[in-house]
Amino acid sequence: MALEVTQVLLNAQSADGSVRKHAEDSLKQFQEQNAAGFLLSLAHELANNEKPPESRKLAGLVLKNSLDAKDSVRKAELSQAWISLNDDVKSQIKAALLATLSSSVIDARHTSSQVIAKVSAIELPQGQWPELIPSLLGNMGGTAVENASHLKQATLETLGYVCEEVSSNVFAQDQVNAILTAVVQGMNTSETNSDIRLAATQALCNALVFAESNFENSMERDYIMRVVCEATLSPDQRVRQAAFECLVSISSIYYEKLAPYMQDIFSITSKAVREDEEPVALQAIEFWSSICDEELEIQEECGSEFTGDSEVQYFKFIKQALPALVPLLLETLTKQEEDQDQEEDAWNLAMAGGTCLGLVARTVGDDIVPLVVPYVQDNIAKPDWRCREAATYAFGSILEGPSVEQLTPLVNHALTFMLNAMKDENNQVKDTTAWTLGRIFEFLHGPNIVVPVITSNNLPQILSVLLEKLSDAPNVAEKVCGAIYLLAQGYEETGGAPCPLSPFLQNIIQALLVTTERDDAGDSRLRASAYETLNEIVRCSTEDTASIVVQLVPVVMQKLSTTLEMQVKSADDKEKQTEVQALLCGVLQVIIQKLGSSESTKNAILQYADQIMAIFLHVFACRSATVHEEAMLAIGALAYVTGPNFAKYMQEFFQYLQMGLQNFEEYQVCAITVGVVGDLCRALDDKILPFCDGIMAQLLQNLSSNQLHRSVKPPIFSCFGDIALAIGEQFARYLPMAMPMLQGASELSAQAVGQDEEQVDYYNQLRIGILEAYSGIFQGFKSKRPDLMAHYGLHILQFLESIYADVYRDEAVTKAAAGVLGDLADTLGSSAASLLKNSTFYKGFLEECQKSDDQSLKETADWALATINRLLST
Amino acid sequence: MDNRLAKPEGRVHKRTISDQQKRRDIALKRQSQGRRDLQHHARQLVSLAVPPSSSSVFEEHGAVTGHQEAEAIDIQSSESSVFGHEVDVVAEKVEGWHGDQEEDAIGVVEATRLKGTKAREWFKHQFMIPEWMVDVPSHLRKDWYVMARPSGERCLVVSSNGTTVSRLRNGCIRHCFPSALPNGSRTRESIAASQVFCILDCIYHEPQKTYYIIDMMCWRGYSLYDCNYEFRHFWITSKLEETGVLGPTSKFHRYQFSIVPVFECGKAGFQAAYDGDVPFERDGCLFLNRHAHYVLGVTPLALLWKDPVSSRYHVDTDRIGNVPAYQQIVLELQDDGTVATCDQPGVVLGSMPQDFLLKNKEHLQAGMLLKFTIGDKGLSILDGKPVTADIHYQGLANRFRAGADSVSKVLFQYAARHCPLAFSDILAAIEASDDEMDI
Repeated sequence: MALEVTQVLLNAQSADGSVRKHAEDSLKQFQEQNAAGFLLSLAHELANNEKPPESRKLAGLVLKNSLDAKDSVRKAELSQAWISLNDDVKSQIKAALLATLSSSVIDARHTSSQVIAKVSAIELPQGQWPELIPSLLGNMGGTAVENASHLKQATLETLGYVCEEVSSNVFAQDQVNAILTAVVQGMNTSETNSDIRLAATQALCNALVFAESNFENSMERDYIMRVVCEATLSPDQRVRQAAFECLVSISSIYYEKLAPYMQDIFSITSKAVREDEEPVALQAIEFWSSICDEELEIQEECGSEFTGDSEVQYFKFIKQALPALVPLLLETLTKQEEDQDQEEDAWNLAMAGGTCLGLVARTVGDDIVPLVVPYVQDNIAKPDWRCREAATYAFGSILEGPSVEQLTPLVNHALTFMLNAMKDENNQVKDTTAWTLGRIFEFLHGPNIVVPVITSNNLPQILSVLLEKLSDAPNVAEKVCGAIYLLAQGYEETGGAPCPLSPFLQNIIQALLVTTERDDAGDSRLRASAYETLNEIVRCSTEDTASIVVQLVPVVMQKLSTTLEMQVKSADDKEKQTEVQALLCGVLQVIIQKLGSSESTKNAILQYADQIMAIFLHVFACRSATVHEEAMLAIGALAYVTGPNFAKYMQEFFQYLQMGLQNFEEYQVCAITVGVVGDLCRALDDKILPFCDGIMAQLLQNLSSNQLHRSVKPPIFSCFGDIALAIGEQFARYLPMAMPMLQGASELSAQAVGQDEEQVDYYNQLRIGILEAYSGIFQGFKSKRPDLMAHYGLHILQFLESIYADVYRDEAVTKAAAGVLGDLADTLGSSAASLLKNSTFYKGFLEECQKSDDQSLKETADWALATINRLLST
Repeated sequence: MDNRLAKPEGRVHKRTISDQQKRRDIALKRQSQGRRDLQHHARQLVSLAVPPSSSSVFEEHGAVTGHQEAEAIDIQSSESSVFGHEVDVVAEKVEGWHGDQEEDAIGVVEATRLKGTKAREWFKHQFMIPEWMVDVPSHLRKDWYVMARPSGERCLVVSSNGTTVSRLRNGCIRHCFPSALPNGSRTRESIAASQVFCILDCIYHEPQKTYYIIDMMCWRGYSLYDCNYEFRHFWITSKLEETGVLGPTSKFHRYQFSIVPVFECGKAGFQAAYDGDVPFERDGCLFLNRHAHYVLGVTPLALLWKDPVSSRYHVDTDRIGNVPAYQQIVLELQDDGTVATCDQPGVVLGSMPQDFLLKNKEHLQAGMLLKFTIGDKGLSILDGKPVTADIHYQGLANRFRAGADSVSKVLFQYAARHCPLAFSDILAAIEASDDEMDI
């Protein structure tokens, strides 16, 4: 059954494209003709010590890819294919994989352990392959075996991968104990082979989640913690790093068990931060960041009250460590790399330290201020740029967390200095200064701030500095855009008062437009930031500056037309064109939304509607198979403003609407298009009717597809409601198709009980969609064809009852359900009366809703109960 | 380890702005708001007719409504006992008023955002329609107010979202204009919140370009539907005066708003409403029961009365002002071929011949409004209700008509042509009830 695949596998890695293509085709052909033989051949290739390492490795990877995929649908198919293989074939493959663990070729061992983990992910949850763990553990004892250390290393690695793949309820406690024993032994200082120690430490990192009961037992916990801490002192840097990774994991899984160890952990982490290699030092800092995450989460859960009987334990580790931790973090800030701000995704000690400092500030609030301010004062004017940048970064990092009262005097004092520092000779100092100004605007400026830092006195100077610095290097200019964005955001809700930015609006817009045209606007995301800042400026414009925003419309349209004529010769060109179009459509969307939201400015945008729509259609036409998400969003906004007049664009637009609905791949686009269908329903009302057949057919198809990301399905149901509400009794023709879908989904969503949080959340989304569909249909049929829904009354009532019975339903579901109860009574009238008389749950449900604090839920319940009572009393 | 300096998941160094999610979120918010508005509107059709504040209040109301239907014309003293009961409920509501007003009114504003046919459909059902006074109610002096009724077009005036819209009885827009009503124009203060809106019941008096306010249903988002007329009346005078709505016209205040003087229905009050000096042309007198909520549709707790002194239209006239030889009425064609008044339930005054309906089935459908004249044989009336009528089909009613005539209108007009209810009759009734009170 197995075939010789060595040469084909080697050819598949050839530098010659045609050879490679040919080899890939033959592999594919083999797989299609004889899947079992194909997998078996790969396993034998991987296990065969005579074969070249390259072909063995690729055999293993192809095997792995035949067992698992990222896409969940594909993944399920692959699992099913494996399960349905002949048992004998599976046993042969598994035996070959286990045998490979003792190979002297590291790539073969490594690949085999990954494949074993993938098989275990399919089989262990089904109760199959019970001999896997015992056989792996058996590898750990003997020293007589050939290649004993290779086998031990590969076995530990395999245990680690298996633990990563399967969920924690798969193993019995005695199995967990055995795995942990093997792993911790491998980590012990007595283990002199550092490859084995490394594999063991990495395995522990994955096995920690299984160790819940072991962490309850103080002896076992002490032992695990001792071994981990010892490993942080290993002579091998890789082991030290892995050991700190274990500590990071422990900090988030077993936070409440850490108290006895914190003193020691502080010592070893601070030593690592100060003295160890950067990758190790980064993990040591990450430990403290992770503790901050935990404590922030606890604070969020409990609010400000911590009572003794609270279920969550809050140890305030950060507050306790503060006097030593802050100086440690401040030391890292001067370890910057040159030009780190020009690199995307750069990460180093200074960045990690500053990021951690910011988290510490959020965790402890005011207490951090006296520890950081002296450092800032000492360093901010030093000749060494590293000191100036570090001081600025430290200052910027503590602006979130401490109270406004603490910060305001500091910021008042520092603001002028910061504005001057924008003229620093060093690029990184300017970058960080602009970021810090942004943080000042974000946290100390806005409608909720009582004593404003930004006043009519300093605003002109702030703006003049910012606008000037828009022409600095791209990374600096990008941060300046961010600062302007946050400055404007603080003025977004002026409550009708004149916006202090109004006098400067024209200049700001002009400067941002110039920035978007810079030759180097492609660097450091500058172009994107400039356009997005423009959006925020538009949002905070007011009636007195509406005319300036109106003038922007032809400018943006002109720019958008220019993109249509861009030279597109390469994939890069295409990407740039798409990006710029997205940004410009975004700006138009924001302008449409802004001007359209007020009666007095609506006409200004309506006069451009034809032109805007024409250009959107060109943007769509620019791409062959996909539609533009941003253009779609903008069209939704336009439909909202134009109302029924949008009908004249429908003929031409409809094809793109369909294309958007068909875009399963980029499901965000599909979701947005579904939302736009809703906009169109509300804008066009019954004028959408001619297009409904096409839309409904596509929506029904989307619902039945398992290719489409499930998050799009709830909004599709809501969209049924939108359509029904728009076309009224004409929706009758879709009932035979739509109702079974709704009923099926109702039943599915009733299975929410006992599922994990994510699943429960999804089922709640689904219910909201279904309920919104029912509301729309009931209301749409009410005046002309109330009889059409009578047939479904009982089912819907049962669905509502199942919702009432579910303790996991969220508030939004409850509200929608209460509404549907009323709609059902209101529309079905006498035919609902008999159903409601026989069903008593509605009373308890609605009375419970009436007790809610949520005003609109109360109101809906009042209305529903009144409607039902009226029905039953006549 | 090739990516040894990889950023740990979730760590951000000098976070920069990202606007895309904000754009998506805003779009989603707009969409779900739009959906909620429409749903709300659909439910509003019911909930405005029914005070939604509690089901128990609703049940009380149901009883009252039922009672009104049973004795649509004749308000006997038994009515006041029912109302005595209701007054308690009302008083309770008024006490807790500032707290829970908002909850009653939210949603009305959603309707104020409606457009086109849906808006027309909705608004034509939002009027309280007075019955015509066929008999004088008892306790006129104790329970009623009276005002001179300006001639003109009955309108609902809604201010919201920085604009003011007036709509006629048939739901069509009369004017769309800025006004000094709260949120009735785009001034700085009023861009405020969408829940700030007003709904007024007015008569638009064309010669003076003036809206005469006769009732108030919502003020700054507070619902007054559930409040009795006495309270609404107090609210009209105090609120309108303190906000300057009644000030002179200007660029942002194109139409004048005025209050019609309202009197307690004693002798002097009735006299003043009847022929006292008013700045407008009078079209009869409007009586309002002080305990009456603003209910939608025909109500016996608001009454209209005219005679030749108080109105030049006291008997219906045609378009050029001539009184037709025969009384004309408009009735609604029912499913079964009968024709009925607009009351709930409608009073059947006759039926269309089946063969005629069959012949014209393409043009005549249930729900259509038809015009009739009352022939020489007139109406025969039993217990205040017409039992038979000598009606003659004239054709389709004017397409701008909002609905059929009420039975009280038919009776009033019939009486006006035969034996009208005179000023002196009403005055006598007031005097009689004065005597009652003295005892």
